[in-house]
Amino acid sequence: MEKEKDQKFKELKEYISSFKSKEHSNSYLIAVLHKAQELFGYISQDVMNEVSVAMNIPTAHIWGVATFYHYFNLSPKGKHTVSVCMGTACYVKGADKIIEAIKEDLQISIGETSSDGLFTLQEARCLGACGLAPVVMIDDKIYGNLTAQKAIEILRKYKNQ
Amino acid sequence: MSEKKLHNRSFEVFGKSKFFASQLRIALRNCGYIDPENLDDYLNVRGFEALAKVLTGMKSEDVIAEIKKAGLRGRGGAGFGSGLKWELVAREKSDQKYVICNADEGDPGAFMDRSIIEGDPFTVLEGMAIAGYAVGSDKGIVYIRAEYPLAITRLEKAIDAARKANLLGNNILGSKFSFDIEIRLGAGAFVCGEETALMQSIEGHRGMPRPRPPYPSASGLFCKPTLINNVETWANVPVIIVEGSQWFASVGTEKSKGTKVFALAGKITNTGLVEVPMGTTLRHVIFDIGGGIPKGKNLKAVQTGGPSGGCIPVELIDTPIDYDSLAKVGSIMGSGGMIVIDEDSCMVNIAKYFLEFTQSESCGKCTPCREGTKRMLEILTRITEGQGKEGDIEKLERLGNTIKKASLCGLGQSAPNPVLSTIRYFRNEYEDHIKNKKCTAGACSKMIRFEINDKCIGCGACYETCKFDAIEMI
Repeated sequence: MEKEKDQKFKELKEYISSFKSKEHSNSYLIAVLHKAQELFGYISQDVMNEVSVAMNIPTAHIWGVATFYHYFNLSPKGKHTVSVCMGTACYVKGADKIIEAIKEDLQISIGETSSDGLFTLQEARCLGACGLAPVVMIDDKIYGNLTAQKAIEILRKYKNQ
Repeated sequence: MSEKKLHNRSFEVFGKSKFFASQLRIALRNCGYIDPENLDDYLNVRGFEALAKVLTGMKSEDVIAEIKKAGLRGRGGAGFGSGLKWELVAREKSDQKYVICNADEGDPGAFMDRSIIEGDPFTVLEGMAIAGYAVGSDKGIVYIRAEYPLAITRLEKAIDAARKANLLGNNILGSKFSFDIEIRLGAGAFVCGEETALMQSIEGHRGMPRPRPPYPSASGLFCKPTLINNVETWANVPVIIVEGSQWFASVGTEKSKGTKVFALAGKITNTGLVEVPMGTTLRHVIFDIGGGIPKGKNLKAVQTGGPSGGCIPVELIDTPIDYDSLAKVGSIMGSGGMIVIDEDSCMVNIAKYFLEFTQSESCGKCTPCREGTKRMLEILTRITEGQGKEGDIEKLERLGNTIKKASLCGLGQSAPNPVLSTIRYFRNEYEDHIKNKKCTAGACSKMIRFEINDKCIGCGACYETCKFDAIEMI
């Protein structure tokens, strides 16, 4: 476990040093945080400290950036991320009913992870799949033309995997 | 339509179905027609011909004059004259200038930028390179949402392929002009679509806007002169150069030239991207192209411009779609989201939805936007929960007008639009909510009341099944 973590930190540092030769190298902070989240699943205080040292940027600034953008998670996530699109088209077509049904089914509210550690529920801004509204994205996969019932059935499939 | 023209090849693929027949595809001309990952495919549809034409026979002033004559206006929403913007950047003297493509498409319900990049990434690169030549810049940056992984991959592949073919990089096509493009990812902040916030984000900071002037054309990214345009605007550039400004200016209305892509969604039969000449009426788009409202329902309103736009009622459905006409009816062109709303939707609830969005996306830098949108949302929430008070509508109007005038950036300046426009056209719905505690559309669930009438025989079935013990036996 520790070893795996060290390996990830090493990869992150290599990624950071790839920007060293570029002009305005500090401006790549957001790219680095993307990489960190890809490696660790979320951005912890430890990761921020490492980035701070490697990029010579105060941790406070990194904290400011990481908390500003919705894309960055500051706590660990469940195995699957369930993003219910709350874009206009989806909303008009009943996305609120889907999110309520999922909340009740998983017994969690938005931003929380189910007790079995399988699902983290999120509201998404707009997934750009308005033609399929209402949509839910589970990890990278989009499910369109949903109803509350269908959404729950899809979650069941993930549970049984 | 002549074979040689760049636009409207889509007919060859999709046929002249009703959905496509009255569309004119300029920005979307290659989407679905070429393989977006194949440079040869793009070259085959006269791709990079515009860049070659510019590099071999046009001075930078000529390019700018051509864009100006075409009357191209920014497709990101505000509709600022592109030619003028280019000229301002070209006039600046600096060792470094930047050209930025704004692909931070955050409006919920709009997905044309994503489609253009996914379907025709090379055209964006070509447009940017032409601008780079015109304004004297050698560095382009595409700022794109991290939520669009396929678009990012295709863009990366396109940049690689263009570099290999010497269409990007040093001494493009053997000329003295060098230009390279880099991709920067956003991280899910709506306000980063605002140009000054976007540049803050590229610099690695919190994406907060700053007061203008200085405008980006004078002091933008890393305090250097910067030209920033939206994806759809870039996609129009090569067509203007190849087909000529005269042809481009012949499409559209007097003040709004060319076409606009709309993302048709909501309660409509045919959803999807629609590109029509400016000046087309909303009616034509919704009923002829969109196929009308499903399930025999009636149209109530059209929402254009996303959270910064407004709701246009069914009575005004013959409004032509152009920058000025939409502004006149209290909405905006915006990036081109078009949400069709039928009689089942409550306008107060829709206004609340948009305000919830802008309120949570407010960056918090300026007070009118941070505090004002919050208070407006509180009032709206109260109204939709049946707690509305006399005078709430006037309070919303006053707050809304103040926020519009006093906010720092476009987000705040336009955040009250959905509320103000629904008050303007659907005041009776607000009054119904406040005075009669009634939501006619039945969308505000907290206002739904049940009553047991005289037909009740006291069978107790409702008492038995009620999950919430809401029925009491006395």
